[in-house]
Amino acid sequence: MVKGMHNMADKTQAEPTAPDAETRQPHRGRAVARAVEDGVTHFRHRLSAGELGSLPVVLVLAAVWIIFQSLNENFLSPRNLSNLSVDIVGTGLIAVGIVFVLLIGELDLSVGSISGLAAAVFAVLNVNNGVPEWLALIIAVLAGTAAGTVQGYSCAKTRVPAFVVTLAGLLTWNGIMLYILGTSGTVNLDENGLVAKLTSYYFTNDGAAYGLAAVGAGTVFLVSYQDMRRREAAGMPHRSLQGIAVRTGVLAVIAFVTAFVLNRFQGLPLALLIFLVVVAGLDIVLRRTHYGRQVYALGGSVEAARRASLSVTRVQTAVLAVSGTMAAVGGLFLASRITSVSQGSGSGVLLLNAIAAAVIGGTSLFGGRGTTWSAVLGILIIQSIASGMAITDTPTAVQFIITGGVLFAAVLIDSLSRRSQEAHGRA
Amino acid sequence: MPTPPLLALHGVCKRFGVVEVLTDIELEIHAGQVVALLGDNGAGKSTLVKVISGVAPADKGAIEWEGRTVQIRRPHDARDLGIATVYQDLALCGNLDVVGNLFLGREIRRFGFLDEMEMERRTRHLLERLTRGIPDLRAPVVSLSSGQRQTVAIARSLLGDPRVLLLDEPTAALGFEQTSEVLDLVDRLRDRGLGVLLISHNMGDIKALADRAAVLRLGRNNGFFDVNTASQEQIISSVTGATENVPRRMASQEAGW
Ligand SMILES: Nc1ncnc2c1ncn2[C@@H]1O[C@H](COP(=O)(O)OP(=O)(O)OP(=O)(O)O)[C@@H](O)[C@H]1O
Ligand SMILES: [Mg+2]
Repeated sequence: MVKGMHNMADKTQAEPTAPDAETRQPHRGRAVARAVEDGVTHFRHRLSAGELGSLPVVLVLAAVWIIFQSLNENFLSPRNLSNLSVDIVGTGLIAVGIVFVLLIGELDLSVGSISGLAAAVFAVLNVNNGVPEWLALIIAVLAGTAAGTVQGYSCAKTRVPAFVVTLAGLLTWNGIMLYILGTSGTVNLDENGLVAKLTSYYFTNDGAAYGLAAVGAGTVFLVSYQDMRRREAAGMPHRSLQGIAVRTGVLAVIAFVTAFVLNRFQGLPLALLIFLVVVAGLDIVLRRTHYGRQVYALGGSVEAARRASLSVTRVQTAVLAVSGTMAAVGGLFLASRITSVSQGSGSGVLLLNAIAAAVIGGTSLFGGRGTTWSAVLGILIIQSIASGMAITDTPTAVQFIITGGVLFAAVLIDSLSRRSQEAHGRA
Repeated sequence: MPTPPLLALHGVCKRFGVVEVLTDIELEIHAGQVVALLGDNGAGKSTLVKVISGVAPADKGAIEWEGRTVQIRRPHDARDLGIATVYQDLALCGNLDVVGNLFLGREIRRFGFLDEMEMERRTRHLLERLTRGIPDLRAPVVSLSSGQRQTVAIARSLLGDPRVLLLDEPTAALGFEQTSEVLDLVDRLRDRGLGVLLISHNMGDIKALADRAAVLRLGRNNGFFDVNTASQEQIISSVTGATENVPRRMASQEAGW
């Protein structure tokens, strides 16, 4: 109770108070100090509530980058970072789908197979049968959606945990992929085709990357500002203008530095643009729509959701459909990167990396906590380790061990923060 | 002709597997009345609440709403009728914040997106009626104390302007002051014409608040009482089983109300 009131007081205090005669600080200095203080209190509150947010992840990413940069100075070169930003997209998109599934407290093991299946569907339709690229692309993505929907509906109806149903899916979809690829084995995609362009096209004009950074930061600022004004008008607790400015400022710095680095190489990669738009769009779906609220509710308590008249079957089906769709889209990006589809597409560590990315990024394995942005942070860490290992000629074995260690640490943080949250509630 | 009860149950049976948890239950809830539902642990009180709220639909028997037979097959049906419930286990989503829990399943939207501000405003308004120390509305519900959680569950049940309120031990986790705040609220809701089913083990509260009492014993009706005329000893002996179940006489007593 005390904690709650304390926090409310913090928020309302954000409004300017009467100038204090004692302090001779310039006004702006005081405002910034107050914003920082605001942030610190907010952070401490979240810390005590067991919500670390993305801070540990960002620190790990920073550590990985610093270590590899000290081992090889090419690591943070524009070329390597730009390649990194394209390499994360395929697996990253699959990880975004995994985030949805983890949010309802389930696990999808079929995403690797679905990504391979979608790539094979595209390749066979387009290359072997001459179907136009755009049509083959749509059919490939819909194949993923269909596979996910079937799995989701089966889980919901049979009440069998999703990891079991999708384990069956893993084998089935892989079998179908091998079947449609036939004996040909490997299909090479058109080097100048639509799918190849997904990861090879760059907006070479400097304006593209800077423009995206400006639009992104500007939108975040405007939305937060509008919300603040509306809350202010209604006499509700709200963030201070300084707080919003600091937050957007940090975001803008990150965005513009990224844009600067990308422009030093070949400009803004189309793949990265698509990735960011998808992640931001799905983040809004999850956190700002009725559908997203249902997803989180299911992860909190299926029974509570049911008693609140939610259609559990529909939400579970929809979530696995999203993950199947994202797996298909990710599979097309992975195929685009190597402009070919083979019997090995979608196999190997892809599934594990996608799940690890979501969890490392901070999505809880226990359901109900996480955002699509965690997939971005997680895949950045995994791909940075992979790229750093490649650049420093470290054997794959070591790469696996290190990624495993990071994953273990992430799971540990997840379960600790969950426990601290519960302990907090009991107090 | 007297107005039919808001909600009436006739011959309701419910079994879980081979166990018959409720047998031939009769119950009436009238507008502007508080009915206390009493019984020992395991008597079937919570199960009866779940039958009415559509969480565990009845296997047999009839449910009437204002004299007309209705089907309550899922929580949605009960909500559409105007039945709101505070469950014994509260049924909150621990990961959602207070606002999210209150509006779960009936979010307010603005341009198709969740209108967090409006929902927060109404949540604050509602909670201010219920309690003096409002919890942090944006904290996940797991991080609240059990009393605060109970307050959230009660607030949620009031949200859709229900006509019948089912309260399954709503004050079990509350302190002295909060308990009296909630009981005051139930009193006011009765005055506004709601029908309330109140499950409580506290005879003092029941004596002070309820109009009628229905006793369950081993999944069967074991007596109906007018709280104003029946003595506390009479009611307690019915709960503990000292007075045996006499279905015929009960039915005539029920008709006499
Ligand atoms: N889902 C279920 N499956 C099987 N048996 C159940 C289930 N739910 C309840 N029961 C049984 O039904 C009986 C009545 O339980 P119920 O929870 O309705 O009792 P109650 O009167 O609310 O008790 P209390 O005062 O302890 O809350 C108990 O014997 C219980 O074991
Ligand atoms: Mg009970």
